[in-house]
Amino acid sequence: MSLWEYANPRRFMRLTDIVLPWSAGGAALLMTVGLIWGFFFTPDDYEQGSTVKIIFIHVPAAMLAINTWFMMLVTSLVWLIRRHHVSALAAKAAAPVGVTMTLIALFTGAIWGEPMWGTYWAWDPRLTSFMILFVFYLGYIALWAAIEDPDTAADLTSILCIVGSVFAFLSRYAVMFWNQGLHQGASLSLDKAQHVADVFSNPLYVSIAGFILFFIAMVLLRTRTEIRARRMSALIARERQEAA
Amino acid sequence: MIALLRRDLALALRSGGGFGLSLAFFLIVVMFVPFGIGPNSATLATIAPGILWIGALLACLLSLDRIFQLDYEDGSLDLLATAPLPLEGVVAMKALAHWLTTGLPLTLAAPLLGFLLNLPAGGYFWMFLSLLVGTPALSFLGTFGAAITVGLKRGGLLLSLLVLPLYIPTLIFGAQSVTLHLQQLSNATAFSVLAAISLFTFALIPFAAARALRVNLR
Repeated sequence: MSLWEYANPRRFMRLTDIVLPWSAGGAALLMTVGLIWGFFFTPDDYEQGSTVKIIFIHVPAAMLAINTWFMMLVTSLVWLIRRHHVSALAAKAAAPVGVTMTLIALFTGAIWGEPMWGTYWAWDPRLTSFMILFVFYLGYIALWAAIEDPDTAADLTSILCIVGSVFAFLSRYAVMFWNQGLHQGASLSLDKAQHVADVFSNPLYVSIAGFILFFIAMVLLRTRTEIRARRMSALIARERQEAA
Repeated sequence: MIALLRRDLALALRSGGGFGLSLAFFLIVVMFVPFGIGPNSATLATIAPGILWIGALLACLLSLDRIFQLDYEDGSLDLLATAPLPLEGVVAMKALAHWLTTGLPLTLAAPLLGFLLNLPAGGYFWMFLSLLVGTPALSFLGTFGAAITVGLKRGGLLLSLLVLPLYIPTLIFGAQSVTLHLQQLSNATAFSVLAAISLFTFALIPFAAARALRVNLR
């Protein structure tokens, strides 16, 4: 019994039949609880007023935006090394979710930045890095859309994802070198002292857990759609062959 | 490898090879900047290094889709893939040929165009040197993008979408090594990272590009 067994599309479908409703339900529950708790049952910050509450959307979206790319990198490597189709399809399925999260992070940041920093947009390293991440996502998605043969598309997008990861990482350090920042440090970290007060961090954790479950549900759903689409095109091809 | 390089250079230099187009494009981009932002020489002087770098980068982009496309269409790429020379070597030679016909002329032209943009006197040497060291990275990364999009019917626009994000670090460190020098600051970090990026692309991009070519020739 190992993880690789679920690389078999049929097993993957059977497992996700069970997992999908739970993760979707959990996401709905935790996001509702986290966001309502965050929006209505936390005090206003003494400096930022009620604008601080955008953190409950901004931070989880930003975390997912980066980690989705990381997940795509891992699944791309799995596809190139072990040739599991489900892995390539999962990378394809995750990209639009990641790009949406990047956009949400950029937009919520801009909405928060206007009253706090006095500007919607500044060429701050973090903001710029997210903009760069956004164009990397766009290129990746466009390449998937441009190639007809599914295996060729999976191969080429995987190579692009690996090379892109290196250069996205490099770009992050390049923009840090290039301009000083306006953005505050990390909101949460495992090894340092607390940066955000308990009243805010507890609903934030709930909200992050909700976003992660939402991400899992979305990726599973989209991967299942891709698998079904692949099966359908195989069926059509077979029928055409029999007819001929 | 030398034979392949000479063949590519000959193809690029003879008529229809598009040699000189990039240079003309570079000139036009640089000429358009004063039209867009006004002929004030002080403003032009501050933005000159960035404009020259962006102009060189865009001019470099223009000729990328020719690297493999013609060879792919007439079948010589299949022959190259089955030749005793490893495909990685083919990719490296293609990138080198692209640099010699695009990056190098752009580098040589940049100081001249810098004059048009009122580049401060201290900037010419570093402008030349940063382009000399940085443009090979642009050619190698572009070769990778060309290898990925070679099988596509209309790959040109997609090619720029894939390649331009990869150019970001090169552009930042390249332009910074000129501007930092003009601001009387040390540009050692920027310049050495720029050189590191170039060396890194020489070492690893041929493998990624050859892999992509094999997928496209399958």
